[in-house]
Amino acid sequence: MLEVQDLDAGYGRAQVLFGVSLSISAGETLALLGRNGMGKTTTVRALMGLLRPWRGAVSFAGTRLAGLPPHRIAQAGLGLVPEGRQVFPTLTVAENLAATARPGPWTRARVLALLPRLAERLSHRGLQLSGGEQQMVAIGRALMTNPRLLILDEATEGLAPLMRAEIFRALAALRAEGQAVLIIDKQVAELRRLADRIAVLEKGRVIWHGRSAEADGVERLLHL
Amino acid sequence: MSVGLLLVQTLNGLELGVLLFLIAAGLTLVFGVMDVVNLAHGVQYMLGAYLAVAFAAATGSFWLAVPLAAAASLLLGAVLERLVFRRLVGADHLDQVLATFGLILLAEEGVKLVWGPAPRSLAIPDLLAGTVPLFGGLRYAVYRLAVLGAGLLVAGLLALLIERTRAGMRLRAGASNAAMLSALGVDVGRLFALVLAAGAMLAGFAGAVAAPIVSVDPGMGGPVLILAFVVIVLGGAGSVRGSFLAALLVGLTDTLGRSLLDAALAGALPPAAARTAGPALASMLIYLLMAAVLAFRPGGLLPARGRA
Ligand SMILES: Nc1ncnc2c1ncn2[C@@H]1O[C@H](COP(=O)(O)OP(=O)(O)OP(=O)(O)O)[C@@H](O)[C@H]1O
Ligand SMILES: [Mg+2]
Repeated sequence: MLEVQDLDAGYGRAQVLFGVSLSISAGETLALLGRNGMGKTTTVRALMGLLRPWRGAVSFAGTRLAGLPPHRIAQAGLGLVPEGRQVFPTLTVAENLAATARPGPWTRARVLALLPRLAERLSHRGLQLSGGEQQMVAIGRALMTNPRLLILDEATEGLAPLMRAEIFRALAALRAEGQAVLIIDKQVAELRRLADRIAVLEKGRVIWHGRSAEADGVERLLHL
Repeated sequence: MSVGLLLVQTLNGLELGVLLFLIAAGLTLVFGVMDVVNLAHGVQYMLGAYLAVAFAAATGSFWLAVPLAAAASLLLGAVLERLVFRRLVGADHLDQVLATFGLILLAEEGVKLVWGPAPRSLAIPDLLAGTVPLFGGLRYAVYRLAVLGAGLLVAGLLALLIERTRAGMRLRAGASNAAMLSALGVDVGRLFALVLAAGAMLAGFAGAVAAPIVSVDPGMGGPVLILAFVVIVLGGAGSVRGSFLAALLVGLTDTLGRSLLDAALAGALPPAAARTAGPALASMLIYLLMAAVLAFRPGGLLPARGRA
Protein backbone atom coordinates (compact mmCIF):
# COMPACT_ATOMS: atom_id res chain seq x y z
CA MET A 1 0.00 0.00 0.00
CA LEU A 2 2.74 2.51 0.98
CA GLU A 3 5.99 2.30 -0.95
CA VAL A 4 8.90 4.58 -0.08
CA GLN A 5 11.89 4.31 -2.36
CA ASP A 6 15.30 5.87 -1.99
CA LEU A 7 14.12 8.86 -0.04
CA ASP A 8 16.62 11.67 0.59
CA ALA A 9 15.59 14.62 2.72
CA GLY A 10 17.06 17.19 5.07
CA TYR A 11 16.89 20.69 6.48
CA GLY A 12 18.55 23.53 4.61
CA ARG A 13 21.76 22.02 3.29
CA ALA A 14 22.05 19.36 5.98
CA GLN A 15 21.04 15.98 4.61
CA VAL A 16 19.33 13.78 7.20
CA LEU A 17 17.85 10.88 5.19
CA PHE A 18 19.99 8.86 2.82
CA GLY A 19 18.07 6.56 0.49
CA VAL A 20 15.39 5.42 2.92
CA SER A 21 13.15 2.66 1.53
CA LEU A 22 10.13 1.26 3.37
CA SER A 23 6.94 -0.53 2.50
CA ILE A 24 3.71 -1.24 4.34
CA SER A 25 0.95 -3.46 3.01
CA ALA A 26 -2.72 -3.19 3.86
CA GLY A 27 -3.51 -4.27 7.40
CA GLU A 28 0.13 -4.36 8.39
CA THR A 29 1.90 -2.68 11.33
CA LEU A 30 5.44 -1.48 10.72
CA ALA A 31 7.59 -0.24 13.60
CA LEU A 32 10.30 2.27 12.78
CA LEU A 33 13.05 2.16 15.39
CA GLY A 34 16.15 4.20 15.94
CA ARG A 35 17.97 6.14 18.61
CA ASN A 36 17.47 9.89 19.11
CA GLY A 37 18.20 12.03 16.10
CA MET A 38 18.46 9.16 13.62
CA GLY A 39 15.81 10.56 11.28
CA LYS A 40 12.52 8.92 12.28
CA THR A 41 10.57 12.18 12.56
CA THR A 42 12.24 13.48 9.43
CA THR A 43 11.00 10.40 7.57
CA VAL A 44 7.46 11.04 8.80
CA ARG A 45 7.63 14.70 7.88
CA ALA A 46 8.86 13.85 4.39
CA LEU A 47 6.08 11.28 3.95
CA MET A 48 3.43 13.79 5.03
CA GLY A 49 4.76 16.54 2.78
CA LEU A 50 5.62 18.70 5.79
CA LEU A 51 9.18 18.57 4.50
CA ARG A 52 9.83 18.43 0.79
CA PRO A 53 11.77 15.27 -0.16
CA TRP A 54 14.96 15.97 -2.10
CA ARG A 55 14.87 12.78 -4.06
CA GLY A 56 13.05 9.47 -4.15
CA ALA A 57 9.52 8.23 -4.63
CA VAL A 58 6.60 7.84 -2.26
CA SER A 59 3.53 6.10 -3.58
CA PHE A 60 0.39 5.20 -1.72
CA ALA A 61 -2.25 2.89 -3.18
CA GLY A 62 -1.10 3.87 -6.64
CA THR A 63 -0.94 7.65 -6.01
CA ARG A 64 2.41 9.41 -6.14
CA LEU A 65 2.71 11.47 -2.98
CA ALA A 66 6.21 12.97 -3.09
CA GLY A 67 5.94 16.70 -3.75
CA LEU A 68 2.24 17.01 -2.94
CA PRO A 69 1.16 19.47 -0.23
CA PRO A 70 0.32 17.95 3.19
CA HIS A 71 -3.44 18.29 2.85
CA ARG A 72 -3.44 16.29 -0.39
CA ILE A 73 -1.33 13.59 1.21
CA ALA A 74 -3.66 13.44 4.19
CA GLN A 75 -6.65 13.25 1.86
CA ALA A 76 -4.99 10.35 0.05
CA GLY A 77 -5.35 8.40 3.30
CA LEU A 78 -2.46 9.11 5.68
CA GLY A 79 -3.49 9.99 9.23
CA LEU A 80 -0.81 11.59 11.40
CA VAL A 81 -0.35 11.47 15.17
CA PRO A 82 2.65 13.80 15.33
CA GLU A 83 5.58 13.96 17.68
CA GLY A 84 4.63 16.25 20.54
CA ARG A 85 0.89 15.43 20.03
CA GLN A 86 0.06 18.94 18.77
CA VAL A 87 -3.53 18.90 19.94
CA PHE A 88 -5.26 22.19 19.09
CA PRO A 89 -5.02 23.97 22.46
CA THR A 90 -8.03 26.29 22.26
CA LEU A 91 -10.39 23.70 20.79
CA THR A 92 -12.33 21.33 23.01
CA VAL A 93 -11.76 17.60 22.73
CA ALA A 94 -15.02 17.26 20.79
CA GLU A 95 -13.90 20.01 18.41
CA ASN A 96 -10.43 18.52 18.02
CA LEU A 97 -12.11 15.31 16.89
CA ALA A 98 -14.67 16.99 14.63
CA ALA A 99 -12.68 19.78 12.98
CA THR A 100 -10.85 17.59 10.46
CA ALA A 101 -13.12 14.53 10.39
CA ARG A 102 -13.87 12.90 7.05
CA PRO A 103 -16.67 10.42 6.37
CA GLY A 104 -15.96 6.71 6.79
CA PRO A 105 -16.21 3.89 9.29
CA TRP A 106 -14.53 5.90 12.06
CA THR A 107 -17.10 8.02 13.84
CA ARG A 108 -16.91 9.80 17.15
CA ALA A 109 -18.84 7.00 18.85
CA ARG A 110 -16.34 4.44 17.62
CA VAL A 111 -13.37 6.56 18.66
CA LEU A 112 -14.85 6.97 22.14
CA ALA A 113 -15.39 3.22 22.36
CA LEU A 114 -11.73 2.71 21.55
CA LEU A 115 -10.52 5.50 23.86
CA PRO A 116 -13.18 5.67 26.60
CA ARG A 117 -11.20 8.12 28.71
CA LEU A 118 -11.97 10.84 26.14
CA ALA A 119 -15.71 10.52 26.69
CA GLU A 120 -15.43 12.30 30.05
CA ARG A 121 -13.27 15.05 28.59
CA LEU A 122 -15.26 16.08 25.53
CA SER A 123 -15.85 19.65 26.68
CA HIS A 124 -12.31 20.23 28.01
CA ARG A 125 -9.94 22.32 25.97
CA GLY A 126 -6.78 20.79 24.54
CA LEU A 127 -4.55 22.78 26.88
CA GLN A 128 -6.39 21.47 29.93
CA LEU A 129 -5.54 17.82 29.22
CA SER A 130 -2.81 15.59 30.61
CA GLY A 131 -0.15 14.29 28.23
CA GLY A 132 -1.83 10.90 27.97
CA GLU A 133 -5.21 12.44 27.27
CA GLN A 134 -3.66 14.68 24.63
CA GLN A 135 -2.13 11.66 22.97
CA MET A 136 -5.53 9.97 22.93
CA VAL A 137 -7.06 13.06 21.35
CA ALA A 138 -4.29 13.05 18.74
CA ILE A 139 -5.00 9.40 17.95
CA GLY A 140 -8.76 9.91 17.87
CA ARG A 141 -8.38 13.01 15.71
CA ALA A 142 -6.27 11.09 13.19
CA LEU A 143 -8.72 8.17 13.15
CA MET A 144 -11.63 10.53 12.51
CA THR A 145 -9.99 11.47 9.20
CA ASN A 146 -10.56 7.81 8.31
CA PRO A 147 -7.00 7.12 7.21
CA ARG A 148 -5.97 4.00 5.39
CA LEU A 149 -2.62 4.28 7.11
CA LEU A 150 -2.24 5.61 10.63
CA ILE A 151 1.17 7.11 11.41
CA LEU A 152 2.20 7.54 15.04
CA ASP A 153 5.42 9.42 15.80
CA GLU A 154 6.39 8.70 19.44
CA ALA A 155 3.19 6.89 20.35
CA THR A 156 3.79 6.81 24.10
CA GLU A 157 6.74 9.12 24.78
CA GLY A 158 6.69 10.73 28.20
CA LEU A 159 3.56 8.94 29.38
CA ALA A 160 2.92 7.16 32.67
CA PRO A 161 2.97 3.34 32.47
CA LEU A 162 -0.80 3.11 32.86
CA MET A 163 -1.46 5.46 29.95
CA ARG A 164 1.18 3.73 27.90
CA ALA A 165 -0.55 0.39 28.45
CA GLU A 166 -3.92 1.90 27.51
CA ILE A 167 -2.53 3.25 24.26
CA PHE A 168 -0.81 0.00 23.34
CA ARG A 169 -4.08 -1.80 24.07
CA ALA A 170 -5.91 0.55 21.68
CA LEU A 171 -3.25 0.03 19.03
CA ALA A 172 -3.52 -3.75 19.37
CA ALA A 173 -7.27 -3.42 18.89
CA LEU A 174 -6.68 -1.33 15.75
CA ARG A 175 -4.33 -3.93 14.39
CA ALA A 176 -6.87 -6.68 15.03
CA GLU A 177 -9.38 -4.68 12.98
CA GLY A 178 -6.97 -4.58 10.06
CA GLN A 179 -5.88 -0.92 10.33
CA ALA A 180 -2.48 -0.37 8.71
CA VAL A 181 -0.08 1.42 11.08
CA LEU A 182 3.36 2.97 10.96
CA ILE A 183 4.52 3.37 14.54
CA ILE A 184 7.54 5.04 16.10
CA ASP A 185 8.26 4.55 19.79
CA LYS A 186 11.09 3.82 22.18
CA GLN A 187 9.36 0.83 23.81
CA VAL A 188 11.12 -1.85 21.82
CA ALA A 189 9.63 -4.84 23.63
CA GLU A 190 6.09 -3.52 23.17
CA LEU A 191 6.71 -2.76 19.52
CA ARG A 192 8.08 -6.22 18.85
CA ARG A 193 4.87 -7.64 20.25
CA LEU A 194 2.65 -5.23 18.27
CA ALA A 195 4.35 -4.90 14.90
CA ASP A 196 4.44 -7.33 12.01
CA ARG A 197 7.69 -5.91 10.75
CA ILE A 198 10.45 -3.69 12.04
CA ALA A 199 12.84 -1.28 10.34
CA VAL A 200 15.81 0.27 12.11
CA LEU A 201 17.13 3.70 11.17
CA GLU A 202 20.70 4.70 11.91
CA LYS A 203 21.99 8.09 10.78
CA GLY A 204 19.31 8.37 8.13
CA ARG A 205 19.75 4.90 6.66
CA VAL A 206 17.69 1.76 7.11
CA ILE A 207 20.29 -0.62 8.56
CA TRP A 208 17.97 -3.52 9.26
CA HIS A 209 14.48 -4.58 8.41
CA GLY A 210 12.59 -7.81 8.80
CA ARG A 211 9.81 -9.58 10.64
CA SER A 212 9.35 -8.86 14.34
CA ALA A 213 9.76 -12.54 15.12
CA GLU A 214 13.23 -12.43 13.61
CA ALA A 215 14.29 -9.19 15.28
CA ASP A 216 16.31 -10.71 18.12
CA GLY A 217 19.36 -8.61 17.32
CA VAL A 218 17.46 -5.31 17.26
CA GLU A 219 18.22 -4.31 20.83
CA ARG A 220 21.94 -4.58 20.06
CA LEU A 221 21.52 -2.50 16.93
CA LEU A 222 19.87 0.15 19.06
CA HIS A 223 22.68 -0.07 21.62
CA LEU A 224 20.27 -1.02 24.34
CA MET B 1 -18.65 65.53 33.95
CA SER B 2 -22.37 64.82 34.14
CA VAL B 3 -23.84 61.32 34.06
CA GLY B 4 -25.56 62.09 30.80
CA LEU B 5 -22.35 63.17 29.13
CA LEU B 6 -20.64 60.06 30.46
CA LEU B 7 -23.37 57.97 28.86
CA VAL B 8 -22.95 59.77 25.54
CA GLN B 9 -19.21 59.22 25.61
CA THR B 10 -19.66 55.57 26.55
CA LEU B 11 -21.95 55.08 23.56
CA ASN B 12 -19.43 56.84 21.34
CA GLY B 13 -16.69 54.61 22.71
CA LEU B 14 -18.68 51.44 22.08
CA GLU B 15 -19.50 52.60 18.58
CA LEU B 16 -15.81 53.20 17.83
CA GLY B 17 -15.14 49.80 19.41
CA VAL B 18 -17.49 47.84 17.17
CA LEU B 19 -16.14 49.57 14.06
CA LEU B 20 -12.62 48.70 15.17
CA PHE B 21 -13.71 45.14 15.77
CA LEU B 22 -15.10 44.79 12.24
CA ILE B 23 -11.74 45.90 10.92
CA ALA B 24 -9.61 43.92 13.36
CA ALA B 25 -11.48 40.62 12.90
CA GLY B 26 -10.09 39.95 9.46
CA LEU B 27 -6.71 41.35 10.31
CA THR B 28 -6.23 39.15 13.37
CA LEU B 29 -7.16 35.97 11.48
CA VAL B 30 -4.92 36.73 8.53
CA PHE B 31 -2.07 37.43 10.93
CA GLY B 32 -2.90 34.63 13.35
CA VAL B 33 -3.54 31.86 10.83
CA MET B 34 -1.09 32.69 8.06
CA ASP B 35 1.36 34.96 9.83
CA VAL B 36 0.81 37.62 7.16
CA VAL B 37 1.09 41.28 8.17
CA ASN B 38 -1.46 43.13 6.08
CA LEU B 39 -0.94 46.88 6.27
CA ALA B 40 -3.38 47.31 3.39
CA HIS B 41 -6.32 46.26 5.55
CA GLY B 42 -7.07 49.90 6.36
CA VAL B 43 -7.41 50.48 2.64
CA GLN B 44 -10.34 48.07 2.58
CA TYR B 45 -12.07 50.26 5.15
CA MET B 46 -11.35 53.40 3.14
CA LEU B 47 -12.49 51.81 -0.13
CA GLY B 48 -15.63 50.52 1.58
CA ALA B 49 -16.53 54.10 2.43
CA TYR B 50 -15.82 55.37 -1.11
CA LEU B 51 -17.73 52.48 -2.65
CA ALA B 52 -20.72 53.26 -0.43
CA VAL B 53 -20.60 56.91 -1.53
CA ALA B 54 -20.35 55.87 -5.18
CA PHE B 55 -23.10 53.25 -4.99
CA ALA B 56 -25.36 55.66 -3.12
CA ALA B 57 -24.86 58.23 -5.87
CA ALA B 58 -25.53 55.61 -8.57
CA THR B 59 -28.55 53.94 -7.00
CA GLY B 60 -29.89 56.83 -4.95
CA SER B 61 -30.30 54.49 -2.01
CA PHE B 62 -28.21 54.12 1.14
CA TRP B 63 -29.85 50.75 1.74
CA LEU B 64 -28.56 49.39 -1.55
CA ALA B 65 -25.21 51.14 -1.28
CA VAL B 66 -24.08 49.42 1.94
CA PRO B 67 -24.60 45.79 0.84
CA LEU B 68 -23.20 46.60 -2.61
CA ALA B 69 -20.11 48.14 -1.03
CA ALA B 70 -19.68 45.07 1.18
CA ALA B 71 -20.06 42.73 -1.81
CA ALA B 72 -17.58 44.75 -3.86
CA SER B 73 -15.14 44.65 -0.93
CA LEU B 74 -15.47 40.87 -0.79
CA LEU B 75 -14.71 40.66 -4.49
CA LEU B 76 -11.77 43.01 -4.17
CA GLY B 77 -10.40 40.98 -1.26
CA ALA B 78 -10.65 37.79 -3.32
CA VAL B 79 -8.88 39.39 -6.27
CA LEU B 80 -6.10 40.82 -4.08
CA GLU B 81 -5.66 37.42 -2.47
CA ARG B 82 -5.05 35.87 -5.88
CA LEU B 83 -2.76 38.61 -7.11
CA VAL B 84 -0.82 39.57 -4.00
CA PHE B 85 -1.50 37.91 -0.67
CA ARG B 86 -1.14 34.33 -1.87
CA ARG B 87 2.48 35.12 -2.64
CA LEU B 88 3.09 36.64 0.77
CA VAL B 89 2.31 33.51 2.76
CA GLY B 90 5.55 32.27 4.28
CA ALA B 91 7.42 35.38 3.13
CA ASP B 92 9.48 37.60 5.39
CA HIS B 93 7.52 40.10 7.48
CA LEU B 94 9.56 42.86 5.87
CA ASP B 95 8.49 41.72 2.39
CA GLN B 96 4.90 41.64 3.57
CA VAL B 97 5.18 45.14 4.97
CA LEU B 98 6.70 46.44 1.73
CA ALA B 99 4.16 44.74 -0.52
CA THR B 100 1.12 45.79 1.48
CA PHE B 101 2.49 49.30 1.94
CA GLY B 102 2.75 49.38 -1.84
CA LEU B 103 -0.92 48.49 -2.01
CA ILE B 104 -1.73 51.40 0.30
CA LEU B 105 0.08 53.88 -1.95
CA LEU B 106 -1.57 52.41 -5.02
CA ALA B 107 -5.05 52.52 -3.50
CA GLU B 108 -4.71 56.04 -2.09
CA GLU B 109 -3.41 57.45 -5.35
CA GLY B 110 -6.01 55.49 -7.28
CA VAL B 111 -8.80 56.93 -5.14
CA LYS B 112 -7.44 60.46 -5.66
CA LEU B 113 -7.45 59.90 -9.42
CA VAL B 114 -11.01 58.58 -9.51
CA TRP B 115 -12.73 60.66 -6.85
CA GLY B 116 -10.31 63.55 -6.31
CA PRO B 117 -8.44 64.48 -3.12
CA ALA B 118 -11.29 66.40 -1.48
CA PRO B 119 -13.25 64.65 1.30
CA ARG B 120 -16.58 63.13 0.37
CA SER B 121 -19.58 62.54 2.52
CA LEU B 122 -22.59 60.29 2.56
CA ALA B 123 -25.98 61.48 3.73
CA ILE B 124 -27.61 59.71 6.65
CA PRO B 125 -30.72 57.91 5.35
CA ASP B 126 -34.06 59.46 6.34
CA LEU B 127 -35.07 56.42 8.32
CA LEU B 128 -32.09 56.84 10.64
CA ALA B 129 -31.97 60.64 10.73
CA GLY B 130 -32.57 62.66 13.85
CA THR B 131 -31.86 62.04 17.49
CA VAL B 132 -33.37 60.24 20.43
CA PRO B 133 -33.59 61.74 23.92
CA LEU B 134 -31.36 60.18 26.56
CA PHE B 135 -32.06 62.04 29.79
CA GLY B 136 -31.29 65.37 31.32
CA GLY B 137 -32.07 67.01 28.00
CA LEU B 138 -29.26 65.17 26.19
CA ARG B 139 -29.95 63.64 22.80
CA TYR B 140 -28.12 61.01 20.81
CA ALA B 141 -28.02 60.46 17.05
CA VAL B 142 -30.17 57.57 15.85
CA TYR B 143 -27.66 56.74 13.15
CA ARG B 144 -24.88 56.23 15.68
CA LEU B 145 -27.07 53.87 17.66
CA ALA B 146 -27.83 52.00 14.44
CA VAL B 147 -24.10 51.65 13.70
CA LEU B 148 -23.58 50.28 17.18
CA GLY B 149 -26.46 47.83 16.73
CA ALA B 150 -25.33 46.71 13.29
CA GLY B 151 -21.77 46.21 14.55
CA LEU B 152 -22.95 44.12 17.47
CA LEU B 153 -25.18 42.10 15.18
CA VAL B 154 -22.33 41.32 12.79
CA ALA B 155 -20.06 40.52 15.73
CA GLY B 156 -22.70 38.11 17.03
CA LEU B 157 -23.04 36.39 13.66
CA LEU B 158 -19.29 36.14 13.39
CA ALA B 159 -19.08 34.64 16.88
CA LEU B 160 -21.68 32.02 15.90
CA LEU B 161 -19.73 31.21 12.76
CA ILE B 162 -16.47 30.87 14.63
CA GLU B 163 -17.74 29.11 17.75
CA ARG B 164 -20.40 26.85 16.26
CA THR B 165 -19.40 25.78 12.75
CA ARG B 166 -16.76 23.44 11.44
CA ALA B 167 -15.22 26.20 9.37
CA GLY B 168 -14.93 28.18 12.61
CA MET B 169 -13.25 25.25 14.38
CA ARG B 170 -10.75 25.04 11.56
CA LEU B 171 -10.04 28.75 11.80
CA ARG B 172 -9.34 28.48 15.51
CA ALA B 173 -7.26 25.36 14.93
CA GLY B 174 -5.31 27.09 12.17
CA ALA B 175 -4.65 30.11 14.36
CA SER B 176 -2.78 27.89 16.81
CA ASN B 177 -1.15 25.36 14.46
CA ALA B 178 -1.66 25.74 10.72
CA ALA B 179 0.87 23.03 9.76
CA MET B 180 -0.94 20.45 11.86
CA LEU B 181 -4.25 21.46 10.33
CA SER B 182 -2.90 20.89 6.84
CA ALA B 183 -1.38 17.54 7.86
CA LEU B 184 -4.90 16.50 8.82
CA GLY B 185 -6.22 17.21 5.33
CA VAL B 186 -7.37 20.84 5.41
CA ASP B 187 -6.33 23.07 2.51
CA VAL B 188 -5.03 25.94 4.61
CA GLY B 189 -4.39 28.07 1.52
CA ARG B 190 -8.08 28.00 0.64
CA LEU B 191 -9.03 28.74 4.22
CA PHE B 192 -6.68 31.73 4.04
CA ALA B 193 -8.32 32.97 0.83
CA LEU B 194 -11.75 32.78 2.46
CA VAL B 195 -10.54 34.60 5.56
CA LEU B 196 -8.90 37.30 3.53
CA ALA B 197 -11.97 37.92 1.40
CA ALA B 198 -14.34 37.80 4.38
CA GLY B 199 -12.03 40.13 6.34
CA ALA B 200 -11.99 42.57 3.43
CA MET B 201 -15.78 42.47 3.36
CA LEU B 202 -16.06 43.22 7.09
CA ALA B 203 -13.62 46.12 6.82
CA GLY B 204 -15.46 47.39 3.74
CA PHE B 205 -18.76 47.14 5.59
CA ALA B 206 -17.28 49.09 8.49
CA GLY B 207 -16.15 51.80 6.07
CA ALA B 208 -19.56 51.91 4.41
CA VAL B 209 -21.52 52.34 7.64
CA ALA B 210 -18.96 54.81 8.98
CA ALA B 211 -19.16 56.94 5.81
CA PRO B 212 -22.05 59.13 7.01
CA ILE B 213 -20.33 59.99 10.31
CA VAL B 214 -16.71 60.44 9.25
CA SER B 215 -15.03 62.43 6.54
CA VAL B 216 -14.45 60.09 3.60
CA ASP B 217 -10.95 60.83 2.37
CA PRO B 218 -8.05 58.82 0.90
CA GLY B 219 -6.09 58.82 4.17
CA MET B 220 -8.91 57.65 6.44
CA GLY B 221 -7.60 54.09 6.63
CA GLY B 222 -4.30 54.94 8.28
CA PRO B 223 -5.30 55.92 11.81
CA VAL B 224 -7.87 53.15 11.90
CA LEU B 225 -5.26 50.58 10.86
CA ILE B 226 -2.99 51.61 13.72
CA LEU B 227 -5.83 51.25 16.21
CA ALA B 228 -6.73 47.89 14.68
CA PHE B 229 -3.18 46.66 15.19
CA VAL B 230 -3.33 47.76 18.82
CA VAL B 231 -6.55 45.77 19.06
CA ILE B 232 -5.12 42.55 17.66
CA VAL B 233 -2.00 42.71 19.80
CA LEU B 234 -4.10 43.48 22.85
CA GLY B 235 -6.64 40.76 22.08
CA GLY B 236 -4.12 38.09 21.13
CA ALA B 237 -3.27 37.57 17.46
CA GLY B 238 -5.61 35.06 15.85
CA SER B 239 -8.31 35.35 18.50
CA VAL B 240 -11.53 36.93 17.24
CA ARG B 241 -13.07 36.82 20.68
CA GLY B 242 -9.98 38.54 22.07
CA SER B 243 -10.26 41.18 19.35
CA PHE B 244 -13.86 41.88 20.30
CA LEU B 245 -12.94 42.49 23.93
CA ALA B 246 -9.89 44.52 22.98
CA ALA B 247 -11.77 46.60 20.40
CA LEU B 248 -14.40 47.66 22.93
CA LEU B 249 -11.66 48.36 25.46
CA VAL B 250 -9.71 50.50 23.01
CA GLY B 251 -12.83 52.33 21.82
CA LEU B 252 -13.92 53.11 25.37
CA THR B 253 -10.43 54.03 26.57
CA ASP B 254 -9.87 56.35 23.67
CA THR B 255 -13.25 58.09 23.82
CA LEU B 256 -13.86 58.16 27.56
CA GLY B 257 -10.20 58.78 28.31
CA ARG B 258 -10.20 61.91 26.21
CA SER B 259 -13.19 63.49 27.88
CA LEU B 260 -12.34 62.39 31.42
CA LEU B 261 -8.78 63.60 30.99
CA ASP B 262 -10.00 66.95 29.65
CA ALA B 263 -12.24 67.34 32.67
CA ALA B 264 -9.53 66.28 35.12
CA LEU B 265 -6.84 68.51 33.62
CA ALA B 266 -9.17 71.48 33.41
CA GLY B 267 -9.51 71.21 37.19
CA ALA B 268 -5.80 70.78 37.88
CA LEU B 269 -3.99 72.98 35.37
CA PRO B 270 -4.35 76.50 34.04
CA PRO B 271 -6.67 76.46 30.98
CA ALA B 272 -3.93 77.03 28.38
CA ALA B 273 -1.76 74.20 29.72
CA ALA B 274 -4.77 71.88 30.00
CA ARG B 275 -5.71 72.57 26.40
CA THR B 276 -2.29 71.42 25.12
CA ALA B 277 -1.59 68.64 27.62
CA GLY B 278 -5.03 67.03 27.28
CA PRO B 279 -4.95 65.84 23.68
CA ALA B 280 -1.29 64.84 23.93
CA LEU B 281 -1.92 62.63 26.94
CA ALA B 282 -5.17 61.30 25.56
CA SER B 283 -3.60 59.99 22.38
CA MET B 284 -1.12 58.06 24.52
CA LEU B 285 -3.81 56.38 26.58
CA ILE B 286 -4.43 53.33 24.41
CA TYR B 287 -0.71 52.65 24.19
CA LEU B 288 -0.46 52.84 27.95
CA LEU B 289 -3.38 50.42 28.08
CA MET B 290 -1.60 48.11 25.66
CA ALA B 291 1.65 48.24 27.62
CA ALA B 292 -0.16 47.55 30.87
CA VAL B 293 -2.05 44.55 29.49
CA LEU B 294 1.00 43.08 27.78
CA ALA B 295 3.06 43.44 30.95
CA PHE B 296 0.70 40.99 32.64
CA ARG B 297 -0.44 38.94 29.64
CA PRO B 298 2.31 38.95 27.01
CA GLY B 299 0.17 36.90 24.61
CA GLY B 300 -2.73 39.33 24.80
CA LEU B 301 -6.09 38.96 26.52
CA LEU B 302 -7.14 35.68 24.87
CA PRO B 303 -4.16 34.19 23.02
CA ALA B 304 -5.12 31.90 20.13
CA ARG B 305 -2.15 29.65 20.75
CA GLY B 306 -3.47 28.72 24.16
CA ARG B 307 -0.59 29.92 26.28
CA ALA B 308 1.64 32.70 25.13
N1 LIG C 1 14.03 21.58 11.97
C1 LIG C 1 15.27 21.06 11.88
N2 LIG C 1 16.28 21.79 11.37
C2 LIG C 1 17.53 21.28 11.26
N3 LIG C 1 17.87 20.04 11.64
C3 LIG C 1 16.93 19.25 12.16
C4 LIG C 1 15.57 19.73 12.31
N4 LIG C 1 14.83 18.74 12.86
C5 LIG C 1 15.68 17.71 13.04
N5 LIG C 1 16.93 18.00 12.63
C6 LIG C 1 18.09 17.10 12.65
O1 LIG C 1 17.80 15.98 11.86
C7 LIG C 1 18.28 14.81 12.46
C8 LIG C 1 17.16 13.80 12.59
O2 LIG C 1 16.17 14.31 13.46
P1 LIG C 1 14.78 13.59 13.68
O3 LIG C 1 13.93 14.53 14.44
O4 LIG C 1 14.28 13.07 12.40
O5 LIG C 1 15.23 12.39 14.62
P2 LIG C 1 14.34 11.32 15.37
O6 LIG C 1 14.85 10.00 14.94
O7 LIG C 1 12.91 11.59 15.19
O8 LIG C 1 14.78 11.58 16.88
P3 LIG C 1 13.94 11.49 18.25
O9 LIG C 1 13.95 10.04 18.64
O10 LIG C 1 14.72 12.32 19.21
O11 LIG C 1 12.57 12.01 17.99
C9 LIG C 1 18.88 15.21 13.79
O12 LIG C 1 20.28 15.28 13.63
C10 LIG C 1 18.32 16.58 14.05
O13 LIG C 1 19.23 17.36 14.75
MG1 LIG D 1 11.41 12.11 16.45
